[in-house]
Amino acid sequence: MSTHELDARRMLCPMPVIKTQNKIKELADGDILDVICTDPGALSDIPAWARINGHEVVGHRENDDELIISVRVSR
Amino acid sequence: MTKKHKAIALISGGLDSLLAVRVLQEQGIEVEGINFYTGFCVEGHTHAIRNHDKDKQKRNNALWAAEQLGIKLHIVDVIEEYKDVLLNPKHGYGANMNPCLDCKVFMVSKAVEWVKENRKDGFDFIITGEVIGQRPMSQRKETMPIISEESGADDILLRPLCAKNLPATKPELEGWVDREKLYDFSGRNRKPQMALAEKFGFKDYASPAGGCCFLTDKNYSAKLVDLWEGRGSREYEMDDIMLLKVGRHLRPKPEFKLIIARDAGESKYLEGYRKQFVTIQVVSHNGPLTIIDGDITSDDYELAAGIVARYGQGRDAEQVEIEISVPGQEKLTMTTKPLSIDEVLEDWHV
Repeated sequence: MSTHELDARRMLCPMPVIKTQNKIKELADGDILDVICTDPGALSDIPAWARINGHEVVGHRENDDELIISVRVSR
Repeated sequence: MTKKHKAIALISGGLDSLLAVRVLQEQGIEVEGINFYTGFCVEGHTHAIRNHDKDKQKRNNALWAAEQLGIKLHIVDVIEEYKDVLLNPKHGYGANMNPCLDCKVFMVSKAVEWVKENRKDGFDFIITGEVIGQRPMSQRKETMPIISEESGADDILLRPLCAKNLPATKPELEGWVDREKLYDFSGRNRKPQMALAEKFGFKDYASPAGGCCFLTDKNYSAKLVDLWEGRGSREYEMDDIMLLKVGRHLRPKPEFKLIIARDAGESKYLEGYRKQFVTIQVVSHNGPLTIIDGDITSDDYELAAGIVARYGQGRDAEQVEIEISVPGQEKLTMTTKPLSIDEVLEDWHV
């Protein structure tokens, strides 16, 4: 189990979702992926994508203009 | 036990694909969705830029549709490959810069590729929400076989909403799907779809005018053509097509255009381009951030500054102070008189 980071800054939706989806393909069950984004739309799209595909958003935090969304991978 | 058959569905996020999937789910078919992102999709990103759009519900319609249907959704970035579809459409363009028929062939062929690449997942066929006569360019009786053939999908492409108007496909002939329970929708009338949505209990579905693609939009297409003409080349990058959705675009000279933010949200978005473009901003008054796309020389700074000043709060002042910033150079400040409303020529507006 490990934590990974994905830089999706300045990307507009759905690109942060696509990058998250592609990164998660490489990760193992239980891994955490922290997605750093600047498009507030990601806050609805990444959780929606996670719900559909069986992963879990375990939290999010905001840092200045950045948003960090944590997804736990489920296989 | 009989094998449960599996289909991959092209999901745009609109009502038709939503219904097409549910029709097959009702027959016990297992469905997963695939959505292609060309860069021109009318989706989330435009919501996030302008201030006045901020209150709108921010959702990606394809994800929303998949969640309603309880299916997995694979979103595929086809931005690079799509360039060839847009630049060299074999079947030409529709009313604007929309290469709808080539686009459909391309997307179905990508779905065929997906089925082959994911053979282990055992997809048997492909479905779309196409309806004969629904769209003037791509969804006509004559175009349906063209899409099946040119995409390489042939008889594994099923359109559940208009299947009864078309020759039977493999899923029907093999008895995986009961043709009798498919539909015979045709034409631009949306009532049958709305009635079916009601039956299935779908509410709040998306129904954007002109479909889900910016290329069907007249104003957007005009900006795209202007960009190509201004550059003397039809090359484009992701940033170019995003910037066509932001700000007011004015081209006072063939060599460059100004992209002027329309509100604070757009100014903030354009801030991200400071390192790539010449930017102009009024500093003595409140005013929008402007970026210059193209080649501007110092001879034209006065003209560009006068236009930018026109769109700031100092528009009626005698003089305003302007800051011009060229990437990698010292910022330059100058004073200028804002252009009057008549001096900003109508045909500068792209």
